Amino acid sequence: MATAENPKYKVIGTRPVRHDGADKVTGRAKYGADIKLSGMLYAATLRSPHAHAKIKSIDTSKAEALPGVRAIVTSADLPAQGDRIVELGEGAANMRHLTANVLAREKVLYKGHAIAAVAADNIHIAEEAIKLIEVVYELLPPVMDVRKAMAADAPILNDDIRTASVGSAPAAKDSKPTNIAKHFLFEKGDIAAGFAKADVIVEREFDTAMVHQGYIEPHNATALWNTDGKITVWMSTQGSFSARQQTAELLKVPISSVKVIPTEIGGGFGGKISVYFPPVAALLSKKSGRPVKLVMSRASVFEATGPTPGSHMKVKLGATKDGQLVAGEAWIAFEAGAYTGSPIGPACMCVFACYDLPNGRVEGFDVCVNKPRTNAYRAPGSTHVAFATETLVDEICEKIGMDAADFRIKNAAKEGVRRVDGPVYARIGMVETVEAIKNSDHYKTPLEGKYRGRGIASGFWFNCGLKSSASATVNPDGTVSLLEGSTDIGGSRVGIAMQLAETLGITAEEVIPTVGDTDSAGYCDVTGGSRVTFATGIAAIEAAKDIQRQLVERAAMIWEVDVAQISYRDGGVHGPDGKFLSFKEMAGKLHATGGAVIGRGTSSAATQGGAFGTHCVDVEVDPELGKVQILRYTAAQDCGTAIHPSYVEGQIQGGAVQGIGWALNEEYWYDERGEMRNATYLDYRIPTCYDVPMIDTIIVEVPDPQHPYGVRGVGEVPICPPPAAIANAIYAAVGVRMHDLPMSPPRLSAEILKKK
Amino acid sequence: MHAFDYQAPTTVADAIQLMAKHNGTARPLAGGTDLIDQMRVGRLTPELLIDVKKLKELNVLSAGPDGLHLGAAVPCYRIYGDETVNSQYTALADSCHIIGGIQIQSRASMGGNLCNSGPAADSTPSMIALDGVCVIAGPDGTREVPVEAFCTGPGQNVLKPGELLVEVRFPPRPAHSGSHYRRMIPRNEMDIAVVGVGASVVLDQGGQNFVSARISLGAVAPTPLFAQAAGDLLAGQSVSDASLDKAAAAAREIVSPITDMRGTREYRIHVTGVLVKRVLQAAVARARGEEIDYRRGH
Amino acid sequence: MSGKRVVTLTVNGDRVEFLCEARQTLLEVLRNNLDLTGTKEGCSNGNCGACTVIMDGRPVVSCLVLAVEAEGSELRTIEGVARGSHLDEVQSAFLEGAALQCGICTPGFIVQTEALLEENPNPTEDDIRFYLAGNLCRCTGYDKIVRAVQAAAEARQVAAN
Repeated sequence: MATAENPKYKVIGTRPVRHDGADKVTGRAKYGADIKLSGMLYAATLRSPHAHAKIKSIDTSKAEALPGVRAIVTSADLPAQGDRIVELGEGAANMRHLTANVLAREKVLYKGHAIAAVAADNIHIAEEAIKLIEVVYELLPPVMDVRKAMAADAPILNDDIRTASVGSAPAAKDSKPTNIAKHFLFEKGDIAAGFAKADVIVEREFDTAMVHQGYIEPHNATALWNTDGKITVWMSTQGSFSARQQTAELLKVPISSVKVIPTEIGGGFGGKISVYFPPVAALLSKKSGRPVKLVMSRASVFEATGPTPGSHMKVKLGATKDGQLVAGEAWIAFEAGAYTGSPIGPACMCVFACYDLPNGRVEGFDVCVNKPRTNAYRAPGSTHVAFATETLVDEICEKIGMDAADFRIKNAAKEGVRRVDGPVYARIGMVETVEAIKNSDHYKTPLEGKYRGRGIASGFWFNCGLKSSASATVNPDGTVSLLEGSTDIGGSRVGIAMQLAETLGITAEEVIPTVGDTDSAGYCDVTGGSRVTFATGIAAIEAAKDIQRQLVERAAMIWEVDVAQISYRDGGVHGPDGKFLSFKEMAGKLHATGGAVIGRGTSSAATQGGAFGTHCVDVEVDPELGKVQILRYTAAQDCGTAIHPSYVEGQIQGGAVQGIGWALNEEYWYDERGEMRNATYLDYRIPTCYDVPMIDTIIVEVPDPQHPYGVRGVGEVPICPPPAAIANAIYAAVGVRMHDLPMSPPRLSAEILKKK
Repeated sequence: MHAFDYQAPTTVADAIQLMAKHNGTARPLAGGTDLIDQMRVGRLTPELLIDVKKLKELNVLSAGPDGLHLGAAVPCYRIYGDETVNSQYTALADSCHIIGGIQIQSRASMGGNLCNSGPAADSTPSMIALDGVCVIAGPDGTREVPVEAFCTGPGQNVLKPGELLVEVRFPPRPAHSGSHYRRMIPRNEMDIAVVGVGASVVLDQGGQNFVSARISLGAVAPTPLFAQAAGDLLAGQSVSDASLDKAAAAAREIVSPITDMRGTREYRIHVTGVLVKRVLQAAVARARGEEIDYRRGH
Repeated sequence: MSGKRVVTLTVNGDRVEFLCEARQTLLEVLRNNLDLTGTKEGCSNGNCGACTVIMDGRPVVSCLVLAVEAEGSELRTIEGVARGSHLDEVQSAFLEGAALQCGICTPGFIVQTEALLEENPNPTEDDIRFYLAGNLCRCTGYDKIVRAVQAAAEARQVAAN
């Protein structure tokens, strides 16, 4: 299956079978929950039935007395953290909050908040013991709505939170505890003058519900606290080095005492960066002297991991009648969940990121509510704001009578444009993705039929670089064993191996990639931010170049010529007088020429140029039921250079369908007590295959100059456009503008009935 | 899961004896697709599970001059795989095709669906529409209860301690009859009915007038409802938008839905009317021998 | 009252015996007692299909089957799909069609596809999507999965002719 789609390259642009594929289609691949160690205990977690309460007391004596129970831990077993702020790779963390989220201390802040854990001979005994733990609560009123939580008289979740100002936001006036953890303000140009130039101004308010990444594999961790003080953790994680650091910080042990062995991981989408179980499993292991496994229930995954926030947004856009955007203003409040840390920052930066907006003002708030602490979810914050901005753009286009694609092309952000929050774009492909949609068969084919409509929308994500490393050992048979530390969620191993192969002039199959543990692989930041194929790719390319250098030296020795006379290209070393030895031939001579050749590479400085996508969707609405069917879907995205087109397409398709779920049905549904009433896959409705059509993809390649082969991260952008594109299509179909997510049948039906 | 015992008797008499002996603490296990989950989350904590899948009476699926006998433990896939069901009791097949996914349909039974007594059960409205009668065996002998009288509240029914649902019996289908079940769900599959509607109609020879109709509703009250008045008012009426609208309005009269994570009260009332009309139209089409315009789950 | 009992059944062609409590699901026993961890746990309430196995010819979610109910049954799990050291058509099609990303749902999808093609060797796209609706995938958007099932069906048809 090696079809070269990029004639510049031999390996890049082909579609080799992934190296970990056979294990994954035969059931042999080991995921976190598959770990079984001799003497292993099974643990269960006691979780709060209340959304907001003080913990008055915890009595574990009855649970301890149950036969088969080996250890119990509560927050009393975790070291106190004080007010430490620790840099954890993808951002700083307040350790007081982090530890309280792992096991609640004085208060529980959301239903499902972990309180204690029990390790026992089997899971059933552990679960029985959990029921025997007696907790006395003093109930507090929960605050579930972001605007209510911002009110002066709102119940306060954390007494240590004061509003931090970011950008040009003014400093907070009083020093009372608040739920507003952060206040962002970004400004560009003259907002009043901008709107004064506008012929048409639209301003709408939007609400979006909290949603979850929905990875199929629940969180897990198995830990062994050995007698020598070393802690080994087997787990599914998006970042073994981050998990190591979080675990070490939470336990207050040196990071070198913790070894994280990443297993295969069953999805993450940003939700498997935070650590929940490893310190708990480690403490249970320390107490019991046995390895301990924790696997989360699906209900707890929903109730107590890190969904993405619900939001309230007010966004205003102004344009001239010939379709020139002149000003934009946004006010965005995000539910942080129990502790500070929503992606409000990125949301503020993304809200107008697709456009060359001369005058802008963006204000954002990070607000604590009695819901689980939010985490990253695929382009965190960007989907929310794309829903707002991209539906307003559609409304403007309607008002001025301009084609939605043409408007976007006219106003698209491009190289040299300054975003409202400051940065200036390098070479980017926003225009190209809109043009790709405009020229697509889909867009050019008229949509016919009653209650059918078409919508388009664009989206942006920064993509990050961060730190990666890789090492590669040449084997005597001409293959290369590649060791890297980026956990592989969606096929990154093959993408990284292909870049190494391309650089050495060998085949993808001749590279044997391994994702190493924290004691064997070099440091890699998390698999997130659409960074792995970019940054760990660069590290692998550097490792390949290191191998090239060493092979050149070996060839110089063999041929007894100066290294300057030798170069590495086209899969081998070229010397004077047409001398040539292929990579494989050189590999065969390793032992005779000085032993092993090991290439090393790192990446830390490179940043990415940002990626854009534009989607087109056709829907049919059942106007009596308010139900939307997706008839046709096309997603165009700037992917820089597509290394493995199948997995690039897969990222786009998967992201688009997650966006479809967010658009139509997914939401955290809370009752007045603060209990999530739909913490199952039955009622938290992620799309099934029967809900979606084929997702057509158009890979636009505007190479990113910051990567040797032009790679641009792919994973995140495709989730951003769907809600807005679908909202625009719904308007085209039945003439109602939806401003809330999800656009579920009851909501859409109510709007349709209102209009009648 | 809590600890419990498991028995798999091979005669109904043994099963009833076990049920009676464990007065109130035993539960029959058919497909288990509801029961095992409810036990896992601690909502139900029986001390004994009596596996009824080895009882031949509960595995009967046969048609005869006295109608259709549907054993309480017959799994969905056998029901929609049955020729008589597909040709005459189509609403049952409609229900069975959309309960859970295919894997659930390998195990889930209509008897289990009924005894679970959820307001949103997908097969109960079909059984009501098709005039099903529950045959219940107990320590004091056998008794019969119409399906519409079986459920008494969410998760509650008329079964007394020691009693076991053996089968549901359906009367023979008259000529020019048709039935259908459809539900509104936000997705197209793997969902719980926001509103479910079953209907069975009998038309006159010309196919233009209703002889009789039975309409049933799910997820709009504490129990599945038999919308008797809505069906009765169709008797003798011509098949028309006006008559169907009247029936839909009458059905809406009797619902008392709640607002929950699956839909609002207002939405459910509205959808009741929409679906009653659509389901009646489909049942009429089937009574006329026509194909119906319906993509499962949509 | 809740002692352990011996269950005897056939798993992937082999006669297997295990000791279990009534409260253990088939999924738990497959994974913990028999070390057949290819069958995955995604939700434990029958809504994701990751634990799909074929029991007496029918696909079931093993999280909603008690292990004791499997007495005397014939079970096929993901570990029994490959023919010796050769992948079968469904596995090959998933692999070559890049129909997996994280791979956690893959065993369930492959087993369910085996059941589909057994029942309906020549399914339409709609048939495929309906039959696989009980299996959730959060990575792929299903496009490549549906295409892989189509490719597998075709490969099997070709092999049969």
